Order: sequence, then structure tokens, then C-alpha cells
Amino acid sequence: METAKLEQKEFEPTILAFCCNWCSYAGADLAGTSRFEYPTNVRIIRVMCSGRLDPTFILSALRWGADGVLITGCHPGDCHYVQGNYMMERRFAFLKEAMGQLGIEPERLRLEWISAGEGEKFAALIRDTTQKIKQLGPNPLKAT
Amino acid sequence: MSEEEPKIGVFICHCGVNIGGVVNVPEVVKYAKTLPNVAYAEANIYTCSEAGLASIKENIKKQGLNRVIVASCTPRTHEPLFRSACREASVNHYLFEMANIREQCSWVHKHQPEKATEKAKDLVRMAVARATWLEPQEEPELEIKDTSLVIGGGIAGLTAALSLANQGFKVYLIEKDPVLGGNLRRLSKLYPTMQDTQDILEPALKAVKSSDKIETLLSTAVSDAKGYVGNFKVTLAKGEEKRDVDVGTIVVACGAVAYTPPKGLYQYGEYPNIMTQMQLDEILKEGKVEKAPERVVMIQCVGARKGEIRAMDLAGFPKSDTARLLGKILKAKKEEGWPYCSKICCMNAIKNSILIKEKFPQTDVMILYGDVRVYKEYEDFYSQAREAQVKFVKHIEEIPPEITQTPDGKLAVVAYDALSGQEIKLPCDWVVLSTPMIPHKEEVLLARMLKIPISSDGFLMEAHIKLRPVDTQMDGIFLAGAASGPKDVPESIVSAKAAAARAGTLMANKKMRTEALTSVVNEDECIGCGLCEEICVYGAHYLEEGKSHTIAALCRGCGACAAECPRRAISMQHYSDEQILSQVKAALTEES
Repeated sequence: METAKLEQKEFEPTILAFCCNWCSYAGADLAGTSRFEYPTNVRIIRVMCSGRLDPTFILSALRWGADGVLITGCHPGDCHYVQGNYMMERRFAFLKEAMGQLGIEPERLRLEWISAGEGEKFAALIRDTTQKIKQLGPNPLKAT
Repeated sequence: MSEEEPKIGVFICHCGVNIGGVVNVPEVVKYAKTLPNVAYAEANIYTCSEAGLASIKENIKKQGLNRVIVASCTPRTHEPLFRSACREASVNHYLFEMANIREQCSWVHKHQPEKATEKAKDLVRMAVARATWLEPQEEPELEIKDTSLVIGGGIAGLTAALSLANQGFKVYLIEKDPVLGGNLRRLSKLYPTMQDTQDILEPALKAVKSSDKIETLLSTAVSDAKGYVGNFKVTLAKGEEKRDVDVGTIVVACGAVAYTPPKGLYQYGEYPNIMTQMQLDEILKEGKVEKAPERVVMIQCVGARKGEIRAMDLAGFPKSDTARLLGKILKAKKEEGWPYCSKICCMNAIKNSILIKEKFPQTDVMILYGDVRVYKEYEDFYSQAREAQVKFVKHIEEIPPEITQTPDGKLAVVAYDALSGQEIKLPCDWVVLSTPMIPHKEEVLLARMLKIPISSDGFLMEAHIKLRPVDTQMDGIFLAGAASGPKDVPESIVSAKAAAARAGTLMANKKMRTEALTSVVNEDECIGCGLCEEICVYGAHYLEEGKSHTIAALCRGCGACAAECPRRAISMQHYSDEQILSQVKAALTEES
């Protein structure tokens, strides 16, 4: 009985994914049309470009209890807006460092490039990220 | 948030069994009704059906809804349909939002119906939170001037100018050289028909000359460009003389040039009679060969399919640093060669070898190659060369052939035969280097002025290689001919006609609407640091009197400026901080 209860309460992380309208959001759609299954832990927010993502969006997500944040954009050279993904990449480096200083495991934040044709990669990424965040456990900011 | 109290209607789609077979739709409807600002919620079998759309319109009226959410499939396919339903019922279509509960929920979680239902509820809650913050937007309408500028007077530029003139538009055709014709002026004959270049060039030149719609400006280049689709102001320079033209569209047909190897590469420039294919073309065109050569050796892929330069390197350069960028590109190219296959060189070498054989049947012609890339009917063309006794020798490319001069003043090529692995020594009279078509060095400057990105190969980049092959990232600017990569004559003509058709369509409509997803500067917060101006690849920001301003027609709505602004003085219409953050918060907490 006890074990059954414990199993029921297995940690289910909440992961927030930011997808750009032109590549990675389309890649996520393709995962759906191709019926590639993945865990239900991810909530996708569509933005026009990964370059739109103000670092405060990510920090706010962590403050509000996201166990993981996934940023996805077009592959280098493929950005619909030429170089938005490079700008995000720079902010990503800074964010990782800031997270370390704030006592949040930097591994909770991930940046990946997904093209509109990479439905399978998207599904695999969600599976992998969910697995990794599960291992990390809940966001330490959640308890405070 | 707009002043009106939000009254949100939520329409949740079963999509037959696509969503309804996994997600418990009635439960999601029940949940939606409990959310703040939701005035109405219902389920539809297919929200995109006539009945579904009618229900949206009817309930906008009946319930007094001022925001609409459809929870169904992806906005990438169905948003325009639902937006127009909103418009028809007098709700601004920017007050519409979608929750993707099919592609990103039911279809990927079909074995977890309960969790999928919970996720669908979250996605609806996130959409409601965002919808609360949505604001109506007006899409600016632009006038499109019915005049076009064609840059480049090669076969692509001539074709594009003629096509536009035939559609009834005024055309400025500019050419940086003192004559029209481009590369075709230097070539002798064209593969695979062996037609004389004049047969193609002369009629085009005549037609351009006699057209009263085309104004040709020679020895003229673009020195500055401002404006946006429909309303470009381009400064043309002829030496010191400058002139502004106002045009609605621009066709870039600046072409490409044959790569000239640096002195010493394959001993080019060190001995006479080592030439490029282009120089051989000129010799054959002039027909002034004093003595038939005993043997001609051609070497393929000289300076092609080697070396590397990536778009990343280009993107990192600030606009002010064009000169250094140019230097870097040219240096990299010179030392390492160009990374791509130039596609036309195999056919061109075959053509020239056949021409030599026709003229001097006794001459031995050998082609040293790594790969022969002939496609479609060019395979026959290759066979034709073999039948004419042209010898194709696959050599080991990693060991570049060495060319020396023999005591009798002839040349000798030493290469490694890939099949036997043996060194071969080929005494010969001429060595012909097949070099790739490469971008003009002025192209980088042109790209910067017109704000067109450059591809990893250094050519101007199309908006989408498959779906929009002659469009650029900049509305109203199109690419024709070899400006976007190596092309032969038929391909140049096809792309020129396509570019002219795209430009013509825009101008024939006289007006266009652009999406309202643009940046807006809060002047009270702006400190005039100019970062937005520096990072915007579209040139949509400019500083005036210490404040940044947005040119809405240039802004594409990526939002990079809003994210970079140190004062948070820039807001994105339809993707504001509040709108995004409300979604983030709703995803993570039950409050909104």
C-alpha cells in the first residue's frame, strides 16, 4: 500500500518550452502529425523568434516554479530573422551563469535547435529533457 | 490591457476523434468556464466547419464576446480561418488566440488520456491568460509604387527588365559596366545546344533598347538604399554623379564572376598557357589560335568544393565593419577556395573540350576530375565528348596536380591517377583550370545596403530555398540569376522571369497590408543608446533627437530589440512582455 502511494507520487516536473514560430514550433507540430509520442510534462509557448526571449522571461519561469525551461530555435544560419538565434545563444550563456549564482542548477535550462522538419528530434528532445529534469528533482525555488 | 472588460469565448474542438478520442473535451469546457474573464465556452465537433465558424460569430454577438479562443489544431494552419471569422463578427482579429491541443497534445499523448486532458486544460488556461492581455491592432496599408529597379544588365537582368516592361511597369535597369550583357559577352557558345551566345544576347539587347518602359543606366551602381516594400528610395551613382530613384520593387540580378585563381595556385600566372575556362572561352570566341595545341589538360574543381566560410562569420560583424568583413571573406576564399560545387563547370569543360575537338581533331584533350557531375540531358553531352575521344581521368584530388615547364617551353602536368594509383606525367600545350562562379565582391556591400542576408556560400540568400526561391527576407526585393548562386543561362532566365512575376504581382495590386507585429518605442523610457539600431537586421530602428523610433513597414516583428533593450523601452505589438509573461505564469501556477 505504502509503495503504491509512493509510486503514485513520482515527481512529475513541469517544463516550459519556448518555440519559435518558424522552425521549432513547426517541428513540434510535425512531431504531432507524425504521431511521435512524448511525455506530457511540457507546456509550449509560441514566440516569433528565440531572439524575442528576454532573460527575465526565463528567470520568471524559474521563480514561478518551472522545473525546467527549454528554449528552441532555428538552426544556426536558418533563423527567419537572420540572427535572432545567435542573440539568444549569447543570452543563454549569461543565463546559465546567473542560474548558478542563484543556486539553481544550470542544467534546468536547455537551448536546442530544431528545424521545421525535425519532428522526431523534437519528440526525442522532450523525452530526454523530461528524463533529465526528473533526475534533478523539483526546482529548489519552489519550496521557498 | 484595453479599457474594455475582457469577455472571452472559448471554443474547444473535438476534431472528430483526433482530439476528442484522447482528451476529455467536455471536462475541458467545464474547466474553461471557471477561468477568469471567460464569459462563454462550448465544444464543437469541428470548430473549423461551417457550423463551428457560425457558432463563433453567433456567440460573439449573443454573448457580447470581445476575445475569442479556439482550442484545436495548430495556429500555423488554421489561425487565418478563425481570425477572419472574428473579423466578420466585428472582433479585431488580433483579439483571437489559439490553444494547440491536437498537434502538441492529443496526437503526441494518445496513450495518456488523463494526463493529456490535464495538459489541454493548462494550454487553455495559458491561452486565456494571454487573451486577457491582447489588444486590437490595425494593419498598416502601404502604397506600392509601380516602378521597378533592376540591378545588373546580364542575361538575368535583361530578362527581368523586359518581363516587367511587358507587364507595363516602368523599369530602371542599371549596369556597373559601360556595356550590357554580363558574362555572356565573354562566352563563345552555350552548352548543350552549342548555340552562339549572340543568338541569345542580341535579341534581348535590342528589345531592351527599343522599349520605352526601360531606362538603361550604364556604369552605374547603387550607392545607398532606403525605404521599404513599395517605397524604396535608391541612390544611384555614376562616378561622382548621383541620382535618386523612387521604386516599388527591386530585382537584384548582380550575377556572379568566374573565380580567378591567385598567382601560384596550379602555377597560374607563373607560366603562359595556363588559363581559366573563361579565358579559354574568350580564345575560342575570338578564334585566333595560331597553332593547334598537341594536348590540352583541363583540371576540374580548381578553388571549388574546398575551403569554408560560414554565414555565422558574416552575421557577427557589425554594420560599420563592412571593409574588414570584405577583407576577411576575400582572404579566406583566396587561401582556401570556395566550399560549394559550382554546378556548371563540368558542362562547361565538356563544351570547351568538344569545341577544341571540332576545331583541332588531332588535339588530345584530357579532363582531370574528382567527380563528373552531369545531370539530365547533360549525360548525353558527356557521352558525346567521350565519343569525340575526350579523355576523362579521375585523379586523386588530395594531391593537387603540379605543373612545370619543360625545356622546350611546353607544360607538363604531374597528377595521380585514382584508378591505378600511379603518377602520370602529361606533356601539354595548354592547361585549363575549371574555376567556380563566385559572388561579386560588391555583392557584400549591396547586400548590406538592401539588408539581404548572405548565404554560407557568400551569395545573396533567398527567403526559402524551396518555397520562396526568388524572394528575399526583405519584402519587395527579389533575386534573379546567379546572384543567389551559380546558374547557367536557362536557369538564369527562369529565375529572372520568376522574380519579375513576383515583383509584378506586388505592383499590380498597388497596395498591401503588413502584419501589425511591430516594435513600439516608449520614448519616456528610451535613453537613445542606439543598441536597437545596431542589432536590427532590417534597419527598422533609427535615432532622432536622442530617441529611437520604429519604421513599422521595415519591422518584421522578431522582437530582438525588445529583448535587448536595457531600459525595456521597446514593446512588441501582439507579443508584449505582459502577454508572454502571463502565459508563463499561467503555465506554472493556477493564478493568472
